[in-house]
This record gives sequence, structure tokens and C-alpha cells, in this order.
Amino acid sequence: MTWVHDLAILTRGAGITAIIAVISTLLGAAIAFIVGVARVEGGPVVARIALFYIEFMRGTPLLVKLFWLYYALPLIGVSLDPFTTGIVGLSLNIGAYGAEVVRGGLQSVPDVQIEAARALNFSRRYTLLHITLPQTVIEMMPAFGNLAVQNLKDTALVSLISIADLTFRAQQLRNITLDSARIYTLTLLGYFVMALVLSAVMRFLEHKARRGAAFPRGMQQ
Amino acid sequence: MMYGFTYDTSSRLAYALSILPILGIGLIVTLEAAVAGFVFALVLGLAWSLLRRSRIRAVSWGAACIVEFIRDTPLLIQLFFLYYVLPDYGVILPAFLTGVLALGLQYSAYTSEVYRGGFDAVPREQWEAATALNLSRFRIYRDIVIPQTIPRIAPAMGNYAVSMLKETPVLSVVTVLDMLNLANMIGDRTFEYLVPLSLVGLIFPIMTTLCSVGIHALERILPKAGVALR
Amino acid sequence: MNPPLIRFTDVNKRFGPLTVLDRFNFAVQPGEKVTLIGPSGSGKSTVLRILMTLEPFQEGTLTLGDLSYHEPNGRGPFMASDKHLRDLRKNVGMVFQSFNLFPHMSVLRNIVEAPIAVLDMRRDAAEARALELLRLVGLLDKRDQFPSQLSGGQQQRVAIARAMAMRPRVLLFDEPTSALDPQLVGEVLGVIRTLAHEHDLTMLLVTHEMRFAREISDRVCFFAAGRIVEQGTPERIFSSPEQPRTQEFLKSVLTGQG
Repeated sequence: MTWVHDLAILTRGAGITAIIAVISTLLGAAIAFIVGVARVEGGPVVARIALFYIEFMRGTPLLVKLFWLYYALPLIGVSLDPFTTGIVGLSLNIGAYGAEVVRGGLQSVPDVQIEAARALNFSRRYTLLHITLPQTVIEMMPAFGNLAVQNLKDTALVSLISIADLTFRAQQLRNITLDSARIYTLTLLGYFVMALVLSAVMRFLEHKARRGAAFPRGMQQ
Repeated sequence: MMYGFTYDTSSRLAYALSILPILGIGLIVTLEAAVAGFVFALVLGLAWSLLRRSRIRAVSWGAACIVEFIRDTPLLIQLFFLYYVLPDYGVILPAFLTGVLALGLQYSAYTSEVYRGGFDAVPREQWEAATALNLSRFRIYRDIVIPQTIPRIAPAMGNYAVSMLKETPVLSVVTVLDMLNLANMIGDRTFEYLVPLSLVGLIFPIMTTLCSVGIHALERILPKAGVALR
Repeated sequence: MNPPLIRFTDVNKRFGPLTVLDRFNFAVQPGEKVTLIGPSGSGKSTVLRILMTLEPFQEGTLTLGDLSYHEPNGRGPFMASDKHLRDLRKNVGMVFQSFNLFPHMSVLRNIVEAPIAVLDMRRDAAEARALELLRLVGLLDKRDQFPSQLSGGQQQRVAIARAMAMRPRVLLFDEPTSALDPQLVGEVLGVIRTLAHEHDLTMLLVTHEMRFAREISDRVCFFAAGRIVEQGTPERIFSSPEQPRTQEFLKSVLTGQG
């Protein structure tokens, strides 16, 4: 009876964890592409701002950022609810790591490809969207998969700003039941299963993208 | 008042300056936790990677599963697990030590991957040459393989050390008095979180930048051919 | 004589401390086929890359028709706006040593992509033109293949078709056969030979294929140390070079080619 009851509560928390993970991963991916492209293609000013963003976000602990958004930001007049705070903090954080993946991918496209595009008089924007990004986006996917799992694990920290995710529910249950071993084992398994599912989804997407792209890889010239 | 330092809330700058020494004490705890945790991660990760290379299938497979499990679950839960479950079985550790164990455990999953890549990169001929000299497996690893691996894995290990440093604030949730915990405590007493949390948010990038510089220097010093362990 | 289509006047090009083009003067008539020869590092590829706007230069002027490579109000050589550079590039096409086809696009799409995206051609018109060009280079049956499925010679022929699809006034060939296995060189030279008969197309060719250069060029220019040391009709340059450096160079490459 207690097992069923505990599982029901933990599952509710896991649902919140999943929602937060999905939203922040998608937002993080959007940030990653915008900032990563800005880093490579932006003018001196824009590229430097992107660099600063990446370095600052990657240089500060996620928990510090979350606490800052949650406790400090209201003191300068911006109050976000916990859920929004969590999403914003996670997205800004993982987006910076993703931006490095995008930068690395774009810079891995051989210069001669960009020269060929210029010789055909493509605009910079067209070159980015149709020549360089398509050649590299599939190669970025394994790294994005790792970041998605990283982000899923990072969501556990939002329990500390009072979001009722899986970790939060686990803490609640432990305080009631005092059966730490059982509760935390279940919780660990919950995250593990979610991570496996997430990895599988990312691998499936990569597989589909490779099939859809239809061009054999790694064989340029 | 904390650690004998009083807060001066007359202005933001005065406030920041007055709490810097307190945060400095927390910074030492943060650095200690990171160093101790990473040493543990280096040792445990090496153990995982050697177990994964075991010729006994059950051992290598079991090690691979454990590493995957550790890597795919959050540090925070692993920390709670150690902090609340170990005492139930009679193992009572100070919070700091529990935190170090959790950090080391989580990062051992990462370091074991780095070791694995490093071992795989040692040319097969080196193994064959060592075997031809009739060296024991222990000696092959200690005298031939690991020394050649060190310069190759140093950069990746360095990056994980920096990552770990950035995860130490999580230890504050199990009462470790690190920089973040102290900043929060200051905030609780003064009702002013902006300055202490912002300071912590600035000190970390400074530290990680310094660490990166140090790692690059280390990479330059390490001989490319390898580092003999004896 | 017509006014030249391309005119380099006192152009200096440096890479750091290294001077690649040294007060370089050079003019090309419309429709002329010019081959640039010389030892590697003598600056002949740089001439093509400057014309394609892949490299800036430091001093001097360069004009293409009535367009200058400086923008009237641009600060210094080549600090032109993106729009100005794109106006220049409308006139020029380039075939690279390493082909540089887009690996993620089929042969046909490699050819139609730029006409559709840059020239705003309708897809059916672009494809019709592409198929015509593929017939010209003898690869009509490869239209749906990907570059990785083609030999080097076939890739280079597609690259030539791709460049021609933009209807350039000037077509630049930067060592188009240097990356090819010897048995594949002939098919690419065959295609270039066909294009050489196009009366209106101005061609600049950097190559080490001396016999081919002699056959198709109106003029051969011998480069050394960032300057044209000697130029003239292929007959004159190859049979009776005047400068010792030209003689020496030709002797070394011609004995090499047997």
C-alpha cells in the first residue's frame, strides 16, 4: 500500500520534472543556435557579447544562478514565479553549453565550403541556413543528446526553489516516512529511466535526421 | 555578525566589502571540497575503467551499468542518498565528507570515460611490446599504459575538475558551509540577497577562468610522450 | 582594342610580412583566355582569389568592367559593403582545386541552388539549364547522385557546371586538375576545352598542364615572386622564352611531364 502511495506521489513529481526538462531543453536549443551563430557570424560587437554570455553562464554554478533569480532578482523589481524562474535559469544555463556545440559545429565546416558559397554569390544568411548549418547540424546531435541528459539531471535543483518536481516530492516523502533508502532508490531509478528514454529519443531523432538527409556522411571529396 | 565579521549595510559597496571576508572563508571550503572530490573521482574513475576492461564479462558489464547509472542520475539525489541513507546503516560521516563522496562518485562516471578513451588511444603495438617483455598486467598499466595516457587525458580531466568546482554549491543543501550557503545565511539575516548572491556569481567565473589558465599551463608542461609514474 | 574587362593597377597584396603581389599590373580583354603559370607561391592563385573577392588586397586598384573593387566611399581597398561585393561576384565564377561541391546536396541541386536563390530563377528554368550543362559535361545520368558517390573527375565536372549555371562573364580555374588522379585529368580538361570555344566567356586558368595551356590559351603569363615576369602568346612563351627564370621553370616542368 505504501509503495503504491509513494509511487503515485513520485510520479506526479516526475511529470513536473519531465515538463520542465522538455521546455528548458527546447528553449535552451533556441538560445544555443542564436548565440552560437552570433558567436561565429556576428560582427565584432555581437560576437563579443555572445562570447561573454557563453563564458559567464558556463562559469557560474547553476544553483547560484537559480538562487540569484529567485532571491536577488525580486530585490531589483523583477519577480518571477518559481516555475518561470526554474525554466529561465535552466534554459539560460544549458543554452550557453549548446552555443559552444553550435559554434564548434559551424567552425568544423571546411572554409572551402564557405568560399564555394561565396563564389556562387550566396548571401551570408543563405550560406548559413542552406550550406553550413545543414552540413553540421546532424554532427551536433550526439552532443545535444548529452546536454539534454545533463539538463534533465540539472532540473533536480529547481526543487530548491520550491518547485514540486521529483526531487521535491522525494524530500517530502522522506520527511514523512523516514524511509530514506526506499524513497531515494525509487527517485534515482525515476531519473535513470527518464534519462534512458531521453537518450533513446535523441538517438532516434539523429537516426531519422541521417536517413532524411540521405547523404552519406564523412566522405567529403 | 558571522565569523567575527559585522555587516556594514550603509551602502551596497560597504556591504559587499564587509561580507567579502565571510565569503572568503566559504570559498576555502568550496575549494577544499572540489579538490578532495576530484581526487576521489580520479581514483574511483580509474577503478571503474579498469573493471570495465576486465576479461570477466559479468564484471565489465556490471561496471559499465553502474557507471551509466551514476552518470544518468542527479548529483543532488546521490548526495541526499548518501546523507540520509548511510546513517541508517551506521555510517555517520560529517556533511563535508558526505559531499566530497557524492561529488567524487558523480564525477567518477565522467573520469572513467576519459580514462577509457585514453587507454583506447594507446597503440596496440605498445600492449604487444609490453606483453612480449612478459610484463604482468599490473606493470603494463602502471609502467606503460597509464604514463602514456596522462598527457592525453589531462585536458579533459582538467575540464571536469572545473565543472566539479561549479557543482560544489550543491553541498550547501546538506549544511556544508560553502560560499553559497554563507551567502544565503547573510541574506537571511540582512534580508538583502542581491549583493551576497551577486558576489558569489562573480567569484565563480573568476575562479573558473583562473583554473582554465592553470590547466593550459599544465598541458604545456606535461611531456607529450608520457609521464613515468615512478 | 576594346577597354580591358579586368584591370589590376599597382596592386599590393601581403600576408603578414610576406608580399604575395608586388605592384602588380595586369589587364584582361573580354573573351580572352589567359593561363597563369609559375612556381608555387608566386601569386597566381592569389590573383584569382582576389578577383573572386575571397581575399582583400592592401594597395592599388582593381576594376572589373565599370565596377571598382573599392567602393567609392568605402574606407580603403576592399572595405566594400556586402552589397557591393555581391554585385562584383555576379560577374565572376570560380572552379576550385578541391571541387568544393556541397556534400549534402544532390548533383542537380548543387547546380540549381544558386540560380534559384541568387538569380531568382524559376525552378523549372534552372533545372532545364542545369540539365543542359550536365549534358555538356557528360554527367546527365548522375543528376540525382551525391558528390560522395562520384569520382574526383566527375565532381570537378559538376563543379564546372555549377559555376557556369550562374552565367559568369569571367570564369576562374584554380588548378582544376591538381587534386585529380592522372587518369581523371583528361575528362576535366575536355570540358574546359569545350568552354574555351565560348566566344564571350573570359577565362583565367592557373594550371601545371603546360600542353593544355598551350592549346587553349590566347596568352600565357609567367609569374615569379608576385609579378608577371614574362607574357605572350603560348607559341612564343613555350618555344622561345626570353627570361632566364621562364626558361628554367619551363625546363623543370616539361622534363617532369616527359
